[in-house]
Amino acid sequence: MKYLDEYRDAQAARKFAGAIAKITTKPWVLMEVCGGQTHAIVKFGIDELLPAQIELVHGPGCPVCVTPLELIDKALEIASRADTIFCSFGDMLRVPGSKKNLFVVKAEGGDIRIVYSPLDALKVAEANPEKEIVFFAVGFETTAPANALAVRQAYERGIKNFSILVSHVLVPPAMEAILSSSQNRVQGFLAAGHVCTIMGYTEYEPLVQKYRVPIVVTGFEPLDILQGVYMCVKQLEEGRAEVENQYARAVRKDGNPLAQEMICDVFQIIPRKWRGVGEIPQSGFALRDKYRAFDAEKRFDVAGYSAEESPECISGLILQGLKKPFECSAFGNRCTPERPLGATMVSSEGACAAYYCYRSHTVILRAKPEESHSRSFAERRSAQDDNWKRQNVKN
Amino acid sequence: MCLAVPGKIIAIEGKNPLERTGKVNFGGIVKEVNLAYVPEAGLGDYVIVHVGVAISRVDEKEAEKVFEYLKQMDELAELQEGTQ
Repeated sequence: MKYLDEYRDAQAARKFAGAIAKITTKPWVLMEVCGGQTHAIVKFGIDELLPAQIELVHGPGCPVCVTPLELIDKALEIASRADTIFCSFGDMLRVPGSKKNLFVVKAEGGDIRIVYSPLDALKVAEANPEKEIVFFAVGFETTAPANALAVRQAYERGIKNFSILVSHVLVPPAMEAILSSSQNRVQGFLAAGHVCTIMGYTEYEPLVQKYRVPIVVTGFEPLDILQGVYMCVKQLEEGRAEVENQYARAVRKDGNPLAQEMICDVFQIIPRKWRGVGEIPQSGFALRDKYRAFDAEKRFDVAGYSAEESPECISGLILQGLKKPFECSAFGNRCTPERPLGATMVSSEGACAAYYCYRSHTVILRAKPEESHSRSFAERRSAQDDNWKRQNVKN
Repeated sequence: MCLAVPGKIIAIEGKNPLERTGKVNFGGIVKEVNLAYVPEAGLGDYVIVHVGVAISRVDEKEAEKVFEYLKQMDELAELQEGTQ
């Protein structure tokens, strides 16, 4: 496919990896913000191509993962209603609530439909006027324009049986939360390309100035990610901290103004709780008063839920780049994509799920769970580095 | 979640700006896509599509820059080797 295949060229990827190795003189910790990037890095083994001094830590950029438990419980309650058709992106169905997930509700007879777009949910509403149609509006800035468009179209067309359960989170406040933490290890960011397609990248300037970290807006294909790493390491090695744009084929400095206008018309910024992390100020969207009739939480009166996370799950530390999936004692045994304990195992873009799917040769197929933990992460990195040298030194 | 895929616009319809819709070809799979946020995109253009909505027109010149960057790095490396 044009604009995809050429960015997966193995020879070009090796060139970038070689160039990164050449300019790297010190250890650096970079965070890729978006779960889509995490998925690509682990799937294509990009981290294994990098010199051992470059550590990629995986950011909080998976909205499915960070949707708080109590919101899942609210979704489960609404989806169980006999008069309701509950529409959702497919990856939300497996996310565990306190007692069950949406798949279980569906098995119990709930009318739950997987849709590709919120606009499809609106079509379901038009086709079923006798039913309440609720769309689970999960996402970052990337998805907000589509969800806002569905609400605006419902408003203009007077569709009364449509509402959305909003779980919208924002990327820059999460990056600031990571940077301002006393435990922060991140020295440079690969910013989430598609979030910037909507929002542009001027809002990163204050972060760069305040915390002196390079932020490189980066795409999702292997060459994009390798170039993003190269640009970020180059800045760090040269002592610069700037906002740069690797993904210029899709991202303009000011983003998409029409999409921003729509977001602004439909949503307002509020504090949001992030699963595994806690509440972050000004980090999410809620519907504006003008559109309150489309707010499923108000329509179905499901306020007042609270829920406790599994005490064993370390997803909060993983989402902040402080731990790797390997370092959790439940990883791959008590916590799997089929039965996730928490945030980062629930979606294919969560760091734990990505490691589970693509690193099973090093992590899952072990004789005893204890054995993998007896091997430290540093030792594993060292093994990855040897592997990298074998592949690249001869080039 | 923020997965978005580039595809080529092969048909456009709809007069209301909010409901401007196109048929977009993703390597042989054709889907209906809302084009409200990319009024500048026309037939034959590539757009980046997320959950049924086009969010950006692909800039063809910028799309080449990754490869130009690689080429420049190659030339720089050759120059450096030549001076050593």
